[in-house]
Amino acid sequence: MERLEKEPVLEVKNLTARFGDNIVFEDVSFKVYKGEVLVIVGISGCGKSTLLRIMIGLQKPFSGQVLYQGTDIIHAREEDLNRYRQNIGVLFQSGALFSSMTIKENIALPLQEYTDLDPDAIENIIKMKLGMVNLAGYENHNPSELSGGMKKRAGIARAMALDPRVLFFDELSAGLDPVTAAELDDLIIKTNEALGTTMVIVTHELESIYKIAHRVLMLDKEAKGMIAEGKPLELKERATDPRVKSFFLRQLPDQHDEKRFYVS
Amino acid sequence: MTTQPQKECPESHRISYKREDLNLLIYLSGEFGLKNLTAFRNDIKREISRQKLSSVTIDFSEVCYLDSAAALTLVQIEKDTLAQNIPCRLVNLNDEAKGIFSVIHEDALDHLPFKPEKTHEGLIHKIGQTSSYLAHDFVNFITFIGELVVAILYIIRHPKILRWKDVLFYIQRAGVDGLPIVALIGLLMGLIMAFMSYLQFKQFGANIYVPALVSFAMIKELGPLMTAILVAGRSGSAFAAEIGTMVVNEEVDALHTMGFDPISFLAVPKVLATVIVVPILTIYADLSGILGGMIIGVTSLDLTVTTYVTQSLKTIHVFDIVTSLIKAAVFAGLISAIGCQRGFQVRSGAQDVGKFTTSAVVAAIFLIVVADSIFAIMLYYMNKSNILSI
Repeated sequence: MERLEKEPVLEVKNLTARFGDNIVFEDVSFKVYKGEVLVIVGISGCGKSTLLRIMIGLQKPFSGQVLYQGTDIIHAREEDLNRYRQNIGVLFQSGALFSSMTIKENIALPLQEYTDLDPDAIENIIKMKLGMVNLAGYENHNPSELSGGMKKRAGIARAMALDPRVLFFDELSAGLDPVTAAELDDLIIKTNEALGTTMVIVTHELESIYKIAHRVLMLDKEAKGMIAEGKPLELKERATDPRVKSFFLRQLPDQHDEKRFYVS
Repeated sequence: MTTQPQKECPESHRISYKREDLNLLIYLSGEFGLKNLTAFRNDIKREISRQKLSSVTIDFSEVCYLDSAAALTLVQIEKDTLAQNIPCRLVNLNDEAKGIFSVIHEDALDHLPFKPEKTHEGLIHKIGQTSSYLAHDFVNFITFIGELVVAILYIIRHPKILRWKDVLFYIQRAGVDGLPIVALIGLLMGLIMAFMSYLQFKQFGANIYVPALVSFAMIKELGPLMTAILVAGRSGSAFAAEIGTMVVNEEVDALHTMGFDPISFLAVPKVLATVIVVPILTIYADLSGILGGMIIGVTSLDLTVTTYVTQSLKTIHVFDIVTSLIKAAVFAGLISAIGCQRGFQVRSGAQDVGKFTTSAVVAAIFLIVVADSIFAIMLYYMNKSNILSI
C-alpha cells in the first residue's frame, strides 16, 4: 500500500460535532489516502457514526471542514455536493435497499439518474455488479426476500453502481454471523485490490479490522476525539494508551471500583 | 443466577430461630427466591425486631436454592440490622451462593426504588410549551410546503425526472383501491340525507325539494369533505407510515447520499397522484350520493327517475362543480403534503412511525376543515360582490 499512501482523497480538518451542548468529538483531523482501507473504530457512543455521517454530507458538524479534491463539502453549494455524492458510495448498517423496488431497480437507480446509458447497458452493468458481490441471479428479488448478509452485499452493489472513488461503510458486519462477516471482508479486500477503491469503514469487529484495515483511527468518548492512528497490528502490539490496548486486546480496562460489587 | 439444587430440595422454605442470650441465630433451609421473598423477608424482620439483640447470624448451610432477588433482600436485612448497631453475619455460604452475592451492586442497596421524577410544570408552562410546539410545527409544515412547491415547479420544467411509475402506483392505491369505500359511503350519505329530509319535508308537502337538497349538499360540501376525510384515513396515513419506515430503515439517508432529493423522489409522486385522483373520487362520491337519494326518491317519494334527475340538475351549476373539484384538489394537496411531512419527521423506531401516522390523519382532517371554512367564506364574498353569478 506504500505506493498509495501519499495522495489524499479526503481531508478532514478540525472537525467538531455537537448535539446541543453535548460535545461528541472535538478538533478531529485526518486524511484518507487514495486506495486505502481506513477503518474508524471506537467503543459505542464515541461518535464514529456521526463522523461518517458528516463525511458523507448527511449531517452538518459544529465546525470544521471535509475537503474532497480541494472543495469543502460541508459548506459546498448543492451542485458541488451532488457532484461529490456521485463520487462516493455508502453502505448503511441495514443495507438501506429501497423496499418498494427489486434488487435490479435499486442498482439501476443511480445509473438511470446520472448516466445516459441505454437500458441494455444498464442491465449489463447490474449483472456485473451483482456478480461481483456473488448475487448473480437475484436481480428480480425484492429486498425482503434476502437475508441480512445478502442485503448488505446488494447494498454494496448499489453503492458501487457508479464506480465511486470512495466507499463508506457504516457498521460493516453488525448483526451478521461470522461466516457472512468473513465473506463481506473478502469482498472488501477483493474490491479494494481489483478496483483500487478507497474505503472508509466504521466497525468494531476486531477480526475484520485485522483482516481488512490498512490504517485504523480510534475515537474515544472520554477524550472526545481521536486517540490513536496506525496499522492495526502495530496498535495491538505497541500501543501504550490503556484505552487503545484494551480495545485491541479485547480486555476490560483495569478497574479498581470498590463500589462495584458487594462481596459478602 | 440461581444455584442448582444439589440434593432433593424441598419446594417450600423453612426458617428456624434460635436464641442464645441476646444473640439470634437464623437457620435458613429450602428454596429462597422471588416466589417466597415477601414471606421470608417479613418473617425474618419480625423476628429481628421482636426484642433487643446484640448480634444476628444467618446460616445458609441448608439453603439449596437462592436467586439474586433473595440474596439482595438478605443483604438488605443485613444492612438494616447493621444500621441499628447490631452486628449481622451471613455464614456457611456455599460457592454458588457466594457467586450470587458477588453480583449485588451497592447501588441497589443505597438507592431508593425508581420513581418518576416529579415535574412541577404549571398550567402556564404547559400552555407555553404546547404553543411553542404548535408554532414550530406550523413553521415546519410551511417550510415543507415551500420545498414541495419548489420540487413540483422543478419537475414541471423537467417532466422527465418525475417517476411516473410511482405516480401511477399511487393513483391506483389512493384512487382505484379507494373507490368502493368512497362510493359506498357516498351512497349511504345520499340515502340518509334523502330519508331524513323527506321526513321533514313531507310535513309541508315539499317532497319535490328532496333531490335538490341532496345534490346541493353532496356537490357543494359533503362530497369533497367526505372524500377528503376518507382519503386522509386511507392514504395520508399510508404515506406517513411508508416514508417514516423508510427513514427508520435509512432508505431516506441512502437517497440523500445518492444525490436524490427525497422530497422530489418520495413526496412529489404521492402529492401529484392524490391531487389527480381525489377530484375524480369526489365526482364518484357526488354521483353515488345522488344515486342514494334517488333510491329513496323513487321508492318512497313517488318520484320518477327523470323527475328526480331533472330536479337535481336544477340546483347544480357548473360553477358549483368546478369549485367542488378545486376544493377536492386543495384537500388532496393538504392530505398528501401533511402525510409526507409527518413521515419525514420520524426519527427512529416503530413508536415514532405510529405517532406520526396518527398525527398525519389528525392534522389532515384539521386542515381539511380549516380549508373548507376558508373556501366557504371566500365563496360567500365572491357571491356577495357578484363576481360570479350563480
